[in-house]
Amino acid sequence: MGLINIEQLLEKYDNAETSLAEEAEIRAFFAEEDVPEHLESYKLLFQYVSHAKEEQFTKDVPLLPKAVGTKRTKVYQWISVAAVAVLMLGAYFQVSQMNQKTTLDDLSHEQLMAYNQTMEVFNLVSSKLNKGSNNLGALTLVSSKLNEGAENLIHIKEFNKATNRIIKNK
Amino acid sequence: MTQSDFVKLVLPFKDKVYRLAKRLLVSKEEAEDATQEILIRLWNNNEKIEDYKNVEAYSMTMAKNLCLDRLKSKQAQNLKIVHSNYQDHNVSLQKQVELNDSVDWVSKIMEELPEQQKIIVQLRDIEEYDFDEIAKVLEMNETAVRVALSRARKTIREKLTKKHSYGLN
Repeated sequence: MGLINIEQLLEKYDNAETSLAEEAEIRAFFAEEDVPEHLESYKLLFQYVSHAKEEQFTKDVPLLPKAVGTKRTKVYQWISVAAVAVLMLGAYFQVSQMNQKTTLDDLSHEQLMAYNQTMEVFNLVSSKLNKGSNNLGALTLVSSKLNEGAENLIHIKEFNKATNRIIKNK
Repeated sequence: MTQSDFVKLVLPFKDKVYRLAKRLLVSKEEAEDATQEILIRLWNNNEKIEDYKNVEAYSMTMAKNLCLDRLKSKQAQNLKIVHSNYQDHNVSLQKQVELNDSVDWVSKIMEELPEQQKIIVQLRDIEEYDFDEIAKVLEMNETAVRVALSRARKTIREKLTKKHSYGLN
């Protein structure tokens, strides 16, 4: 290929007007050994380009079979639905049980016995408590007497004052 | 779609996705990671894949968006992607060293381009896409693609000429 021809092509190349075929021609020209001095910089460029083309991706890519992945995520999604259902059922039974009123008639024989026994015990305790409170009456009596005693103390104070005066007068 | 069908479908363009990711993310590990994620996303979508008219363009768009997102989050964290792609091709010829050197120059120059221009240069010069394909991937119109490409090519050559003449002196 003529030198003038290639220079024209290079100008077009710089303006990004070359077609792919023309660019291939340019590359072919620069692939040859002797290139004029003033085009040396282009040569470097195209050497680089051909070098860069050879790079390859060599890493292995683990391609997981896709079906497994989706199945697993689907199962996880349904687990949350099931959990919600269980919670709702539990709450429902809890509430309905709380709303049921239980009377003495519903209890079995043993339970009734236990109930009666505890009631007896409670009654016994409460009667003894009343007795105790009767005894407390004595305590209140004592405290009233104490108050009386305190009043008597005032008399003693008065007496003290009188004796002090007598001592001063002496 | 079975695994082997998927691999067959993806095979022609997985390297292109990787190269685009590497162009943007620079680091090899980051790029591999991004490519892997895109392939996995495609695989997880594999029922819908057949509906896409152009799986390759779709994947490239996805790659572009993913990489730009990652760059953005990296910037937000104030972390720089450091690339340390040590290569050892074991060719000890002076010529090879020189070539690798200049290849490094070009890649460094390309790193300095704005993201959009990087993508366009990558797709046009390295992957040899048509302008309408690039426009589709980038979701912009063809004229804008041409303008950006021209700008990028001129920048690259300018910098390259400068560096090259320094190198000679």
